[in-house]
Amino acid sequence: MTQLALVIDLNVCVGCHACVTNCKQWNTSGAAGALTDCNPYEQDPNGTFFNRVQTFEVGAYPATETVHFPKSCLHCEDPACVPVCPTGASYKRKSDGIVLVDYDKCIGCKYCSWACPYGVREFDEERKVMTKCTLCVDRIYDMSLPEERRKPSCVLACPPGARLFGDVHDPESEVSVAIRERGGYTLMPEANTKPANHYLPRRKTTVTVRNEELYRSDNPHKIDGAPFDETLPPATEELN
Amino acid sequence: MSAPIHDPISSPVPDASTETRNTTCYMCACRCGIKVHLRNGEVRYIEGNPDHPLNKGVICAKGGSGIMKQYSPARLTKPLRRKPGTERGANEFEAISWEETFDILEKRLGHLRATDPKKFALFTGRDQMQALTGLFARQFGTPNYAAHGGFCSVNMAAGMIYTIGGSFWEFGGPDLERAKVFYMIGTAEDHHSNPLKSQIGEFKRNGGRFVAINPVRSGYAAIADEWIPIKPGTDGALLMAIIREIIALGLYDRDFLTRFTNSGQLVNQDTNSKDFGMFVRNPEGDVINPLRPHNFYWWDRHSNKAVADHTKDADPCLFGSFTMPDGTPVKPAFQLLKERVAECTPEWAADITGIPADTIKRIAHEMGITARDYKIELPIPWTDFWGEEHESVTGNPVAFHAMRGLAAHSNGFQTIRSLAVLMSLLGTIDRPGGFRHKAPYPRAIPPNARPSKGPEAVQPNTPLGGAPLGWPETPDDLFVDATGQPVRIDKGFSWEHPLSAHGLMHNVITNAWRGDPYPIDTLLLFMANMAWNSSMNTSEVRKMLTDKNTDGEYKIPFIVVCDAFQSETTAFADLVLPDTTYLERHDCMSMLDRPISEYDGPVDSVRIPVLPPTGECKPFQEVLIELASRLKFPAFTTAEGARKFKSYPDFVVNYETAPGSGIGFLTGWRGKNGENAMRGEPNPKQWEMYEKNGCYHHYHLAPSMQYMRNWNKEYLEWAQHAGMRRDNDPIVIHMYSELLQAFRLAAEGKRPGKQPPDNLRERVATYFDPLPFWYAPLEDEQSDLKEYPLNALTQRPMAMYHSWDSQNAWLRQIHTYNYLYVNAKTADEAGIADGGWMWVESQWGKVRCLCRYSEAVEPGTVWTWNAIGKASGAWNLTGDANEAQQGFLLNHLISEELRADTNGKRYSNSDPITGQAAWYDVRVRIYPAEAGEPEQSFPQFDTMQPAPGMEKRKMGWQAWFAGKGNKK
Amino acid sequence: MRPAFSVLFLTTLIGAGQGLFITLFFCELLVGASLPENFLLGGAVLVLVLSALGGISSVFHLGHPERAWRAMTMWRTSWLAREGIALPAFMAVVFAYALAHWLNFGHTLAIGVIGVVFAIVLFVCTGMIYAAIKVLKEWSHPLTIVNFIVLGCASGTTLAAAYAAYAAPDLVAGLAKAAFALTVLGLLTRAVSLWRNATLRPTSTLQTAIGIRHPHIVQKAQGSLGGSYNTREFFHGKSPAFVRGILVALLLGSFVLPLALVLTLPLLAFVAQYLGLLAERWYFFAEAQHPQNLYYQGKS
Repeated sequence: MTQLALVIDLNVCVGCHACVTNCKQWNTSGAAGALTDCNPYEQDPNGTFFNRVQTFEVGAYPATETVHFPKSCLHCEDPACVPVCPTGASYKRKSDGIVLVDYDKCIGCKYCSWACPYGVREFDEERKVMTKCTLCVDRIYDMSLPEERRKPSCVLACPPGARLFGDVHDPESEVSVAIRERGGYTLMPEANTKPANHYLPRRKTTVTVRNEELYRSDNPHKIDGAPFDETLPPATEELN
Repeated sequence: MSAPIHDPISSPVPDASTETRNTTCYMCACRCGIKVHLRNGEVRYIEGNPDHPLNKGVICAKGGSGIMKQYSPARLTKPLRRKPGTERGANEFEAISWEETFDILEKRLGHLRATDPKKFALFTGRDQMQALTGLFARQFGTPNYAAHGGFCSVNMAAGMIYTIGGSFWEFGGPDLERAKVFYMIGTAEDHHSNPLKSQIGEFKRNGGRFVAINPVRSGYAAIADEWIPIKPGTDGALLMAIIREIIALGLYDRDFLTRFTNSGQLVNQDTNSKDFGMFVRNPEGDVINPLRPHNFYWWDRHSNKAVADHTKDADPCLFGSFTMPDGTPVKPAFQLLKERVAECTPEWAADITGIPADTIKRIAHEMGITARDYKIELPIPWTDFWGEEHESVTGNPVAFHAMRGLAAHSNGFQTIRSLAVLMSLLGTIDRPGGFRHKAPYPRAIPPNARPSKGPEAVQPNTPLGGAPLGWPETPDDLFVDATGQPVRIDKGFSWEHPLSAHGLMHNVITNAWRGDPYPIDTLLLFMANMAWNSSMNTSEVRKMLTDKNTDGEYKIPFIVVCDAFQSETTAFADLVLPDTTYLERHDCMSMLDRPISEYDGPVDSVRIPVLPPTGECKPFQEVLIELASRLKFPAFTTAEGARKFKSYPDFVVNYETAPGSGIGFLTGWRGKNGENAMRGEPNPKQWEMYEKNGCYHHYHLAPSMQYMRNWNKEYLEWAQHAGMRRDNDPIVIHMYSELLQAFRLAAEGKRPGKQPPDNLRERVATYFDPLPFWYAPLEDEQSDLKEYPLNALTQRPMAMYHSWDSQNAWLRQIHTYNYLYVNAKTADEAGIADGGWMWVESQWGKVRCLCRYSEAVEPGTVWTWNAIGKASGAWNLTGDANEAQQGFLLNHLISEELRADTNGKRYSNSDPITGQAAWYDVRVRIYPAEAGEPEQSFPQFDTMQPAPGMEKRKMGWQAWFAGKGNKK
Repeated sequence: MRPAFSVLFLTTLIGAGQGLFITLFFCELLVGASLPENFLLGGAVLVLVLSALGGISSVFHLGHPERAWRAMTMWRTSWLAREGIALPAFMAVVFAYALAHWLNFGHTLAIGVIGVVFAIVLFVCTGMIYAAIKVLKEWSHPLTIVNFIVLGCASGTTLAAAYAAYAAPDLVAGLAKAAFALTVLGLLTRAVSLWRNATLRPTSTLQTAIGIRHPHIVQKAQGSLGGSYNTREFFHGKSPAFVRGILVALLLGSFVLPLALVLTLPLLAFVAQYLGLLAERWYFFAEAQHPQNLYYQGKS
């Protein structure tokens, strides 16, 4: 059984918001559109977006990490939003695991958003229906597109390549390999919703230089002489 | 569950007519290739072009919001004239026809050109058409032309180009594909941003180590493996200390330094000589290029005597002190560098930068060891300029990147010199894993374009006798009159800022207002928001724009603004020219300007209109071509006196830099049938061929020409033939800058030729040091650092890098207003609450704003996102929009001039070498706003009203859905 | 959570109606023969009015009320769908009960039993709408259902006492005592849930929300400075003082005043209790800390 999902690599996400607006532009004129913008040119502009990038500061100065954190519907394997829906508008596709809203069935009771622990559903204030990430379902099956472009708009846009897309049930898929090899994790596991989307954590690359590495026998000082001190320190080989 | 009713997959408008057109993005300076999808003639989707060499299919937040730019209610759609009888700045306009507009301009500009061409000044913002705007100014005959580089990052361009013949910017960058460690110093995100993001992502995935040295952990620094906070303006001290450590430990690439830099060249040390500090010349040596002689000496360590540089089998001494046969004492340039950094210990730098000495040593060792022990070798044979054949291309995998964070300080030029020297020490110039050039770079040091040389270059009805901008090589290249006074309105290329390669746009309005060096008549601003975020000292500049002489005439009599949007600046125009958006015009990213080249070869690109112009909008290029034709500029007029080019596309195809040169704006598909690249006859079908190829032309250099291009014989010859360089001489790295020493000698009165005025001698002698050095930013000397203990910085958020119009219904939801980020401890000690209103005050002005605590900023720095704040009502936002009520500009705190000196003279708040605006030097103090103060940012300005022709803004809500013919 | 006013009215109105019906049924069961004519009919009509008002009020909660009928389709999984069925079903039985009384059709006790069952089912459905949201720890507990039942019955009985004061004075004393007892019970059960909710330790933390283990994490941006659905729907936006005021109103209105008044001035007691229960329901929403709020704590 297929479960399509995103894997978001926090190790390389620079927080540029490319995924945010490219999601918006694809979906506002797509099958899920139009996505309302309230007060577009007034005070407190706010509108419907399926994907947002948040920013957290972790740690205290100077040991601070700035973490950019994109968040959209996690397409849970056991979605809390689906069983609560009284109309069946909130549903999970059997064929690919995508969780969708049927805008023609939705009565706008917002109950699904109460059930979702992640705050990824957004009520469209003008259409009066609940909306959410569709994994660009109207794009990923579009056979008129070249195969490598049949991906969600956010994935295609992402400049640092921090968003992977694929079937997390296929152990050989790019996303499964990334989850397995790079410590992929899910959000709020205690909610038992089994999110399909995963996140890859930050990794640190360090370079350790040992003092005895500093001098080697081919040190140019052997030719040029010592620049500041009178004596040349021994090279690594001489130490051994 | 029953089947879904709503079809989640099919297009909601299945029978719509759709079309996809390739063009180039212009939401910022990055210039990605895009595919614009139209549905029933409306923009449905803008995606990154996967075949494009620059962005390879990715696109950023701005690029994805182009739809909201195209359909923005801030669009100007009609030429506008300030309503007779109204005051400038009152923003009262009447629509007029283009015919009337051109008549007004033709009459006014024709008169100026016939009488005193310098009274016309053309300054442009972040445009990508300087090849055309510069040509227009030159043909007009005015010296008063520049783009925004002077207040952006000219220190970066100049500091590196005067050292290695290339620079970060669009001219070169880090080879992250092969680097192992990468150091990004200061904010450096806004240029080439999408490719850089992609490269950093790939670099990190491959296990590369990324170190960010920055007072603030934002931008790409967020994902750095290590963040090293540093006090603003002290990067030079850090770099000097690293240079010392690298030299002290012998971690420099000796082979690279001796052969490819001037490290081994001998410098005259005779203090009594008029050539003190200059390289001694070898009368028997090979000058290679008479216009730039290369006849230097090395002190050969084998024969222990002076020999011609690059003598076969010779090996220059890098350290030591020698005496020439004629008795002249000399030292190798590298010895002088060593002496310069002797006192620059890590402990010395630690006090200045706030970085612990151990950290400085650690990163120096990391750089040096990685360069030494992880050598890259590519099996690509190549031959250097002196004929030595190399079996392979080698490199050291240590990469750097820097831009504005280093550049926007008054010590930026020398700081960037020290960076370029460090990169050279590590042997990383145009080698794999290090820094790589992009065509048309590398260029000569300095490139051959020279500014005009004196007031005689400005003559009525005559093109300027030289370029308005260029790269001075000697003091005699300065654009000054007989008394050493500036000829340009911005004082560019004068003794105040001799190497101001991009001009000083930030001083134009102040200088013109004061009439110093002279008053002007007409100021034409293109795409530059000089009454807001593009000016320092914004509040005062706004007053200058409306200030009048005693006779009631405006001090700047006539202001023309060309822009696609109603900015804060259009309110101060007497005439407004409505420009098109990037989706409605032809453009080219020309090799004559700033192309989008890749490391492996030249790339240029074009825009083609995918939509018809909105209303009466006209591309600025067409306005220039029309005016140039009406004013009968020689380059735009046939021998018979008729109009030469019917349109901008026609101009681009047919213009050649010189008759028959075969070099024009575009390098692709030249020759009658498009059979030539780089050079060839004009091709009438050139635009179509570009369009067919995704709107770009990528010339792939042979692998043997892709590296070591400063000294690569094959490449140098090719580049000369392709018209990218005048000469084919090698570009030896200037570890020691004899060029700067010549200016110092002039200032000391030891050099014939142009001399600085006496009041500037000391200044020039101080800063034109042939070796890099660190000095405190100029504003520090004029500030009570106890009174103003903090530095204040700005940078653009990624969703608005280099974007000329942040009023965008989608982007403004991300950054609706801005906070001042203050280290939590600093703010707490000042009694300012997280999220509370506060004041930030410099000696020049004060701003009320919102405070946000942060752990990602060093305690001595406060910062905010730039250009989020807007004037009330500007950009067709409502007056109560958050941008105006809670957003703010830091510009009000930053002066465009320093305090007057003892003679009452005020100099630009800029780098004394290049005139780079010192945005990041400002010192501030902070304190809480008092209870009862308005909860609103300060200062506030009267609410602007929409101008005639602007679409009514959607109130309440809108929902864009392309192809239904009606914007909801 | 932001209190949804239509839901506040819905649950308090139908709760009182359900409580009133159960009281009517027990009146009929226990002292049916001595009841004044039309007392039960009038009471049943009152139940219908309350239920209808509640139903109408709920419509204001919906973005698409014209599709409200769809809300019954997913009864197998959704407690909201079940409530959507249970409410009209309950009203239908009450209607039948009223009709049977009016037309002297008989079998009223049998219909009454069904009505009581439906009333309890409806209580359970309403309570389970909230109790079924696992991520909302304050709601996801049997006490939620208990409180809906007890408080509904208490307010219904108080209303019955007030109604009896007008229509069946003999019953007032007994009903008032029953209301008193139920209100005391309600005070007890609600106090337990208030105490429980005040001392709940959240299962989810910012650390589990973003998957970063570090004791010091502060949100700096949400990517939407102008707000979003998530910053509106899940935050009441009121000051702590205001919330404390509501808590006082809840305790005074729902319990203290009715207990003081019900034996003497039952109508006033009901008015106080109804308003108190509105405050109680407001507080019920406000005290629920949605885990999504972890993602919406800071902006800049």
